Amino acid sequence: MAIAEPRTEERAPEPQRRAWLVAWLTTTDHKRIGILYLLNSFAFFFVAGVFALLMRTELAEPGRQLVTTNGYNQLFTLHGTLMIFLFIFPVLVGFGNYIVPLQIGALDMAFPRINALSFWLLPVGGLTILSGLLAKGGAASAGWTSYAPVSEQGGAGQDLWIVGLAVVGTASILSGINFIVTILRLRAPGMTMTRLPVFVWSMLATSLLVVLATPVLTAGLIMLFADRRLGAFFFDPAHGGDALLWQHVFWFFGHPEVYMLILGAWGIVSEILPVFSGRPLYGYPGVILAFVLITALSFSVWAHHMFVTGQVEFPFFSATTELISVPTGVLFFNWLATLWRGRLRFEPPMLFALGFIALFLVGGVDGVWMASPAMDFAIHDTYWVVAHIHYVLFGGTVFGVMAATYYWFPKLTGRLLSRRLGQWHFWLMFAGFNLTFFPMHELGLRGMPRRVADYLPDLGWSFLNEVATAGSFVIAVSLLVFLVNVAVTLRRPRNAGPDPWQGNTLEWATSSPPPVHNFDRLPPVRSNRPVWDLRQREPAGEHA
Amino acid sequence: MTAVELGPDERAVRETSGPVLGMVLFVASEAMFFATFFGAYFTLYSVNPSWPPAGFRLEPELAAVLTAVLVTSSGTLQLGVRAIRRDRVRAFLGWLGLTILLGVTFLGLQLYDYSTLHFGVRDGIFGSVFYVMTGLHMAHVFGGVVFLALVFLQGAGGQLSDASHDSVEAGAIYWHFVDVVWIGLFTTFYLVGLS
Repeated sequence: MAIAEPRTEERAPEPQRRAWLVAWLTTTDHKRIGILYLLNSFAFFFVAGVFALLMRTELAEPGRQLVTTNGYNQLFTLHGTLMIFLFIFPVLVGFGNYIVPLQIGALDMAFPRINALSFWLLPVGGLTILSGLLAKGGAASAGWTSYAPVSEQGGAGQDLWIVGLAVVGTASILSGINFIVTILRLRAPGMTMTRLPVFVWSMLATSLLVVLATPVLTAGLIMLFADRRLGAFFFDPAHGGDALLWQHVFWFFGHPEVYMLILGAWGIVSEILPVFSGRPLYGYPGVILAFVLITALSFSVWAHHMFVTGQVEFPFFSATTELISVPTGVLFFNWLATLWRGRLRFEPPMLFALGFIALFLVGGVDGVWMASPAMDFAIHDTYWVVAHIHYVLFGGTVFGVMAATYYWFPKLTGRLLSRRLGQWHFWLMFAGFNLTFFPMHELGLRGMPRRVADYLPDLGWSFLNEVATAGSFVIAVSLLVFLVNVAVTLRRPRNAGPDPWQGNTLEWATSSPPPVHNFDRLPPVRSNRPVWDLRQREPAGEHA
Repeated sequence: MTAVELGPDERAVRETSGPVLGMVLFVASEAMFFATFFGAYFTLYSVNPSWPPAGFRLEPELAAVLTAVLVTSSGTLQLGVRAIRRDRVRAFLGWLGLTILLGVTFLGLQLYDYSTLHFGVRDGIFGSVFYVMTGLHMAHVFGGVVFLALVFLQGAGGQLSDASHDSVEAGAIYWHFVDVVWIGLFTTFYLVGLS
């Protein structure tokens, strides 16, 4: 092992010299930081999931049973904020942290200490947002979008939300810079950009979006904070401000954000499908081009969130939004063509990847439909939108994240998760998910507004709400199965071996879990499937 | 099993050093940050019937001096970068020290400028955008002065040379960026606002 990067002195010191806990708290090893990201993300997933169950329980039948209206407002605000900023995004970054340096054959991230900083800012920011629950008047309650003028009101909880989110945003900008420099500069010999694993490409595109879009949110948060605490008037029309300005700023960040939340999952699925179909990814250049096009186009669609304001250019934003579905459609064709005539192995990662394709398709078609202003006027701010975002972010990203968890768990821990329990997890989650969120389409079409704590019994919404609530508890049960699976597996011996799935990419060329320095020896990189190449050559003598 | 040992010089693309590339990306991020405020400024400009509102004229004389100070500091810093690239550490420290001095002068003059203005952040939308935008810029100048002061200490401690001075290159990229933002602010608030 002779990778003599100048930053070796910044890497984790010998673990046996320090207490186990201190070693983890002070680590700069990308693999440990990756695991910290995952643990932190799943902890916030749990909290935000409990908030969701509380909301579903409240909505199960008409009348208020569980929480006050203000309490309900806090629940949906925290649920959205935590799920988006402290679960979905960081969990993808966590896998990126662990896997990207391995897939490009690097020793670590480019800036290991900044890497540790960007992780540790996350729990700080997240707990700052949550600490609003202790404030007078409770936590932020203006929704995860915090539209002005509602967000100009409210107590300290709203300020804590602003500050916490600014901290989380800063953390993600730092990690975005770190990923880009790592991917551009620390690739192994032979790992050209056209041989880069698809997941690495997806993290590169994600990082570009983070670096360019997140500061826009930070700027908006500063304006909001200045209005609230310094007496400024950015969003106050009575004094020359403009309430719509917040929506523009928020969605100029917010729509690229949507792609930050999904690109990583696309990358994961594009890694898993080829491995479990025994075929190369169909049209690798097409997939990469689609990533790049979507990254670029995502900056031109923001005002489709604002059609009902009547203050935006309908044809332009409708057209750009429809346009973005073209490269997305390319991805679907590539995935299906990869499966075509493959030898499919229905292991848990593959099940979740296939579930992802089915559910993300529904969410994507919803999106194309909503891009029409005429349609949007009918369903804006109804449960239809809630159905759409969950099909994209839960049916899409979370299923992708679960696929990644089953796929890379043996690499992270050296142990394979139980196949049987994984199947139970998948089918329960798939059924529970559709039970919860499919009826919301219909609820939206019947006019049920989002973000309400209660509804009247004679509106015809009661039955579908009962179904959705039942479904949400099925999801909860499926996640319990997952937890049991993890707990049981962690007691088993480390017998997964370096390459349990017959993988393609470099992370499968090292032991499970990898040594601190990642690789003792790197196979030559002559294609985007170096480990597959290696397997073809392994029965030496047969060919040569 | 065919495998290669990795030597120190066998890694892919490495022309731009990591810290400098990182700073370029950070500046790109900062550019989007300030672009948002400029976007907000022109949005507010377009929704208000008169702009700047009556009684909010800014006098450009002192601001012109501020501009001159900051643009000069970019020049002196670049002379410092040239010096360290040729391994002339003492000349480098001189230029860098002058740059830091000019940065501090800018901060002092701008605070003085603030003290002469007859409106505050709470006096209407123009006061809000003016103080928030120039204030955030001032915070960036302050951050730049701190950064350059740390680089100065590095240089004085003998840690910088023609072969190893990423912090100087990165600091210069940041400082020039802050300079450009000020030129944008000066143009927007003091020159365009006059017409």
